[in-house]
Amino acid sequence: MRLYDVEIASRLLLGTAQYPSPDVLADAVRASGTGLVTVSLRRESAGQRAGQSFWSLIQDLGVRVLPNTAGCHSAREAVTTAQMAREVFGTDWIKLEVIGEQDTLAPDVFGLVEAARILSEDGFRVFPYTTEDLVAAERLLRAGCRVLMPWGAPIGSGRGLNNPFGLRAMRAHFPGVPLVVDAGIGLPSHAAAAMELGYDAVLLNSAVSQSGDPVAMAAAFRLAVEAGHAARLADPMEPRDMASPSTPVLGQAVL
Amino acid sequence: MSPPRRVLVRGAGVAGLACAVALAEAGATVTLAEAGPTIGSGASWKAGGMLGPWCEAETAPAGLVELALPALDWWRRQVPATRSAGTLVLALSRDGGELARYARRTEGHRTLDAGQLDALEPAFEGRFGRALFYPGEAHLDPRAALPALAHRLRALGGVVLTGRPDIPDGRFDDVVDCRGHAAREVLPGLRGVRGEMLLLRAPGVGLSRPVRLLHPRTPVYVVPRDDDVFMVGATMIESEERGPPRLRSMMELMGAAYALHPGFGEAEILEFAADLRPAFGDNMPRVVRDGATLHVNGMFRHGFLLAPVLAGQVVDAVLGGGSEPPAALVPLSRMR
Ligand SMILES: Cc1cc2nc3c(=O)[nH]c(=O)nc-3n(C[C@H](O)[C@H](O)[C@H](O)COP(=O)(O)OP(=O)(O)OC[C@H]3O[C@@H](n4cnc5c(N)ncnc54)[C@H](O)[C@@H]3O)c2cc1C
Repeated sequence: MRLYDVEIASRLLLGTAQYPSPDVLADAVRASGTGLVTVSLRRESAGQRAGQSFWSLIQDLGVRVLPNTAGCHSAREAVTTAQMAREVFGTDWIKLEVIGEQDTLAPDVFGLVEAARILSEDGFRVFPYTTEDLVAAERLLRAGCRVLMPWGAPIGSGRGLNNPFGLRAMRAHFPGVPLVVDAGIGLPSHAAAAMELGYDAVLLNSAVSQSGDPVAMAAAFRLAVEAGHAARLADPMEPRDMASPSTPVLGQAVL
Repeated sequence: MSPPRRVLVRGAGVAGLACAVALAEAGATVTLAEAGPTIGSGASWKAGGMLGPWCEAETAPAGLVELALPALDWWRRQVPATRSAGTLVLALSRDGGELARYARRTEGHRTLDAGQLDALEPAFEGRFGRALFYPGEAHLDPRAALPALAHRLRALGGVVLTGRPDIPDGRFDDVVDCRGHAAREVLPGLRGVRGEMLLLRAPGVGLSRPVRLLHPRTPVYVVPRDDDVFMVGATMIESEERGPPRLRSMMELMGAAYALHPGFGEAEILEFAADLRPAFGDNMPRVVRDGATLHVNGMFRHGFLLAPVLAGQVVDAVLGGGSEPPAALVPLSRMR
């Protein structure tokens, strides 16, 4: 899978927040096989070199880092955070999150488009966390994004794909754009379903970090993402209204 | 008979005080040197003082409960004001799933219905329909417990020095380094995990035991102290900044306290503070051997819960009490 001209080995992208310990996080990252982890800058950045220990732990994981602007509520805040992230992590990749609503943590697509434009012009490679809204998606592409990350369900809700119809429409509408389902995944079956819809990857965090055994769950998600992707490539059968026998009737007596 | 061993303990947090008292009880001549102006200049002074091995086991590596159990009796013996009233775990009705998950992942609890909860903690007046109760857990006030340990150390002939970061090792047979996060430059893999807390005085509340409020975003606990004072904690942030608490964190802590009991709406804010929990990669503590120095560090969220146990290991290592070498001792050379 190529994102912004970089080959990423796995279609499972993993968040690094809220694991029981850094050691469990490191084991989960290995078990997931992921090639790209997100890391939140917002809180860890309280001071200049405040998050140093944790950052060096993340860097020791040996996978590419996608900093995010988690918890930002305005375009301006998100732009500032992205600029700090570029300094700290030495990457121009940024997962852009602009939150518009407190209860659902729904993206503010207006602020998102504006921040995406500012950051793209500034040389960032923007991964916008958005909804399945096609118009917003179009604007994000126009603003310079080359990847889109619609939500499956609200962040941390673990509800799976709330709107499979909308996600399917988005896939059909943007056949050439890498699409990642970001947020709302709770179970491996949700991740597999996203891949079966033809999504290029899924991004998740709580489903692994909040499970009773994050390392085992990370492995389960790796398998699910591989299964869903393989199934998509294998061109699944269409559902039918009528039963159709799967055993050949050849040679059976015709009465 | 050989003369008593002279031991220097650096750092008067819970680790240093527990080690100093345990060593003095075992016959060593102990000098406890604290860099700050008073004992408890570090994280220990801000702690909740919960002794809750069953609840903590939710996210800790297996074995925490067994490891920590002896600590409860140790505290009851050292600090008679330790309260053995158990812990309550609650969730707001919309987060009922959190309670089910917590019950599944922990032991040592029973489920209370609304009536049983009200009988145990009348202050809730039926606002919560269900709770988990951990009867074996206890709590103490760090700001009473740490001075009590210092007092005990002096009574055993030990010396407590404050404002002394720089006493040379030379005169001592052994050095026990309990400097918390300050030992970061010598202990590979040690990091700080920022925690913020609040102290409130709320005469209208009347809770008598620690309460943990589960929440998908910000789990919070409230620990009662004497005189209607409550400690509300604590954030967990992967940051090594010790600066003042942030407004967002305080809003979360206050919001949770208010959700727990409306009486907190009228509380006086006595204090808010932040400090760093010293932690290693697995968030479990280590006793590390470096020549004549033993490091006791990395107690993360469990300083009060685990310090007595580590102190016991230090006594074995320094005075050779145990018949075999204690397994938890890690040579510095083997640290990452
Ligand atoms: C908000 C919060 C709530 C918590 N709640 C709980 C709880 O409910 N239960 C629980 O078990 N744990 C709790 N903890 C965790 C607990 O506080 C820590 O695990 C514990 O305090 C670590 O103790 P320590 O003695 O290693 O470090 P510290 O308490 O930080 O002590 C280290 C001491 O060393 C001193 N020092 C530094 N340099 C030198 C030097 N060169 N020479 C001499 N002295 C030096 C420092 O001044 C300090 O006094 C909480 C932590 C926080 C931040």
